[in-house]
Amino acid sequence: MTTTTATPRGFGYRHPRLRLAGLLSAPMAWLVVVYLGSLAALFLTAFWTVDDFTGQLVKTFTMKNFQQVFTNPAYLGSMLRTVSIALLVTLFCLVLALPLAFFMARVARTSWRPLLIAMVLTPLWASYLVKVYAWRAMLQPETGVLAWFLDPLGLSSPGYGYLGIVITLTYLWLPYMILPIYAGLTRLPDSMLDASSDLGAKGGRTFRSVVMPIIFPSIVAGSIFTFSLSLGDYITAQIVGGKVTMLGNIVQTTYVTNLPFAAAVATIPVVIVLLYLLAVRRSGALDNL
Amino acid sequence: MWANRGERILFRDRLPSAVRILNQGVTYAMPEPSVAIRLRGLTRRFGDVVAVNGVDLDVLDGEFLTLLGPSGSGKTTVLRMIAGFERPDDGTIELAGVDVTRVPPYARDVNTVFQDYALFPHMTVQKNIEYGLKVKKVPSAERKARALAALESVRLGAYGDRSPSQLSGGQRQRVALARALVNRPKVLLLDEPLGALDLKLREQMQVELKEIQREVGITFVFVTHDQDEALTMSDRIAVFNEGGIAQLGTPTDVYEHPATAFVAGFVGTSNLLEGVAAEAVLGRPGTWSVRPEKIRVVGVDAVPNDGEHAVRGTVREVVYVGMSTRFVVDLAVGGSLMAVQQNSEMSTDLGHLRGQQVQLVWDARHEYKVAD
Repeated sequence: MTTTTATPRGFGYRHPRLRLAGLLSAPMAWLVVVYLGSLAALFLTAFWTVDDFTGQLVKTFTMKNFQQVFTNPAYLGSMLRTVSIALLVTLFCLVLALPLAFFMARVARTSWRPLLIAMVLTPLWASYLVKVYAWRAMLQPETGVLAWFLDPLGLSSPGYGYLGIVITLTYLWLPYMILPIYAGLTRLPDSMLDASSDLGAKGGRTFRSVVMPIIFPSIVAGSIFTFSLSLGDYITAQIVGGKVTMLGNIVQTTYVTNLPFAAAVATIPVVIVLLYLLAVRRSGALDNL
Repeated sequence: MWANRGERILFRDRLPSAVRILNQGVTYAMPEPSVAIRLRGLTRRFGDVVAVNGVDLDVLDGEFLTLLGPSGSGKTTVLRMIAGFERPDDGTIELAGVDVTRVPPYARDVNTVFQDYALFPHMTVQKNIEYGLKVKKVPSAERKARALAALESVRLGAYGDRSPSQLSGGQRQRVALARALVNRPKVLLLDEPLGALDLKLREQMQVELKEIQREVGITFVFVTHDQDEALTMSDRIAVFNEGGIAQLGTPTDVYEHPATAFVAGFVGTSNLLEGVAAEAVLGRPGTWSVRPEKIRVVGVDAVPNDGEHAVRGTVREVVYVGMSTRFVVDLAVGGSLMAVQQNSEMSTDLGHLRGQQVQLVWDARHEYKVAD
């Protein structure tokens, strides 16, 4: 009689901890060292200063940079403008994405869905700069495409400025709002809508009381994209913003001469997004993700 | 049953006695029972497929009617058209004498219990049940009282604050039932509501559903593919096949007098004598059905009584199923029949009969001609 031996298993099976390390070491190295490390460096730098005469870094702790941002009306205005642009872009994206995603997920034929998704995604394949310059041409006062369309109606192109930035950013980030909402809507069972209608609710009521609460986490996911991407943008403001500056533009113009001040300005959107995520978490929207 | 005893009696009194008459299969010269749902020439096509083909059906007030059929037979589509979720391509739907063919679901006085229950995941059980009343702007205090009464009637009084995800399948099913019934609809539509439950729970819910229906006196239209469920619960059964009604009748009718070979096979076991075998045994051509429990298995030398038919055959299979034993017998004249014997006396293993010659005997009154 021979002794039975266990079937030989792989190395990973016998060393589960090593297997886990193999799985996670690369992403962890990236996250901790490259991502969190540079964020920490940014924070630290924000509390330093530059010697006005020598241009040397003075590595002593000071709140001077933040004081300057929050007391100088120009910087403060730029900060509020940036937040309001990000909020408006998020709102516009939501208003445009909801009906479109609803059409894609629940009205259009199932066989059309891949095509519709491809159409939503196609703009993402084009370079960011190409798209922004295209909008520069569209927005050009008097001779731009928008002016050409709006002139007969007695309106004029919004031109370069605050509204131009909002329109361009809304265009840029719209797919990031459509896709999560679309995904949320496809997961919503038909019977849920039937049940609401069966219980006496018309379309509008069903949308408010059933569809919106169920897809709320998807909307939040989309808004995190549109809000934070808008908050950190500076190239769009440069190309179609005219004289309007966003926080990113201040970072861009000051980081060579005054790195600590640029770091302080760059910290602000990070803090705002963190506050936004905290607020979202408190609303319970992330519980079911 | 919802608010107080007085109202319960009121519900009962409003119930026409049609149900009891139908159950007894006796027709007195009673006033014509009113029709809750009238379907005429109902047709629905999906592309090239005709899902429902010219269905005519009258559902009586207070009756428990089951639409029974295999998947794809059109029963669920009929139910969805009554609810208003599907528009018929042709034909009309009347609810209590009013044409509602073009009326949207939210304006129809019917409620549905869905196969997947369709409870709103973001609302508590209580809020789910109150939803229909809230939409109809019933005052908050009345709403709460009615929802609580509905919850208690399905024995979930303490579960109002739970979320649907914290409930078991059977509990969700009962919440869905309460959510529909709290609106006191004229008609309750049930789309395979017991399909997702295990056997024990399903049998228990069958009894409960029937009790609730009797108590509230609402017309129930119940869709299922389970013949036992249909036979146990229904006042009448409409057997669906290929988009049409193959037979409409009481459970006894449908089981004892199947109108077609399809019905004979779908409701109960297909036990057909056809062609040469029918000629040889019964002396008549055509296709005939005998239910397995009507057939006795006896020895080859036993003499049948007057009015009985007998046929010889070889036992191919003996299956012990607890309560009874099933025999499959290949007939000498061709074809095979199944016979079921209660294990009341024969508690010994009958496996030794396999391969033996036996005689099958049944009362000629239990043969029914079915359409080919």
